[in-house]
Amino acid sequence: MMYGALWRALPGAAWAKILVLTILAAVLVVIAFGWLFPLVAGHMPFNEQTVEQASTGLPRRT
Amino acid sequence: MIGSTGREQTAAPRRGVNDVALGIVGVVGEILITLGVLLALFVVWQLWWTDVQAGREQEQIVAQLDWAGPPSQDQTVAELRTGTPPALEEPTTDGGTIALLTVPRWDGQDSVTVRQGVDRPTILDTGSGGHYPGTAMPGAVGNFAVAGHRTTYGKPFNRIAELEPGDAIVVRTPEIWFVYRVTEHRIVLPQQVEVVAAVPGDPAALPDRARITLTACHPMFSARERYIVHGELEGWLPVADGVPAALTEGA
Repeated sequence: MMYGALWRALPGAAWAKILVLTILAAVLVVIAFGWLFPLVAGHMPFNEQTVEQASTGLPRRT
Repeated sequence: MIGSTGREQTAAPRRGVNDVALGIVGVVGEILITLGVLLALFVVWQLWWTDVQAGREQEQIVAQLDWAGPPSQDQTVAELRTGTPPALEEPTTDGGTIALLTVPRWDGQDSVTVRQGVDRPTILDTGSGGHYPGTAMPGAVGNFAVAGHRTTYGKPFNRIAELEPGDAIVVRTPEIWFVYRVTEHRIVLPQQVEVVAAVPGDPAALPDRARITLTACHPMFSARERYIVHGELEGWLPVADGVPAALTEGA
């Protein structure tokens, strides 16, 4: 539905629409890889490899 | 005629309700597909792109080191010294590279840059090992504790579980080689900070010898536990003298 509406909203021939959508998808992937995913990964526990104790702060958790 | 008009009148609004319902289901379905594609992209990013990025950052970090040239083949092997090595001063700010860590058993893997601090975005996620602030410096009596990624972000400690007692961990600082020998490995909970204490497992004790501790996640791709490797200093030698024999032990 959304994508159908997007397809109909785009002007021009089919190949032009495909081109525009491909560029749009590439931009979204760049945004995701560059900013969104690093942000999300920072909150993912499976990326931690230090031992730490919140109460003493030693070893320091930054 | 009357019957058919009546049917049309009742059918028309029902078709409208169906259209709205179909529209909602369609939009929800497209949102779910989009989320699925995003999740798949996240996995690609986490498992592949973080390694690519960390590799680039490591190249830069190594290029900035003026003391770590490419290893030449004709360097003489020198005897280890067992006396007290010169003391190194711990950096007061995070980020600086303090050592290169080489494990001969990890044959084929580049030396791991060890930088001050265990901050994830700036240290560990660049593929470096992170020196726990406040723990001993290389060669010093106490515990030289280093954290590193076991998976993703360059995975410097990917092969940590291959280490066996007696294996060499060679730490190169600007002036000195330090050779540690693995004594044991442990699997602990993330809160067990005593593994990086000056005497591992006994935070109250005063250290009597120079140790090394590596920490990484365990099991792989999980944060449930930590894989810990302890080692003890075997000896050291000035870089000017040559290279330690342990460096060429291989796998």
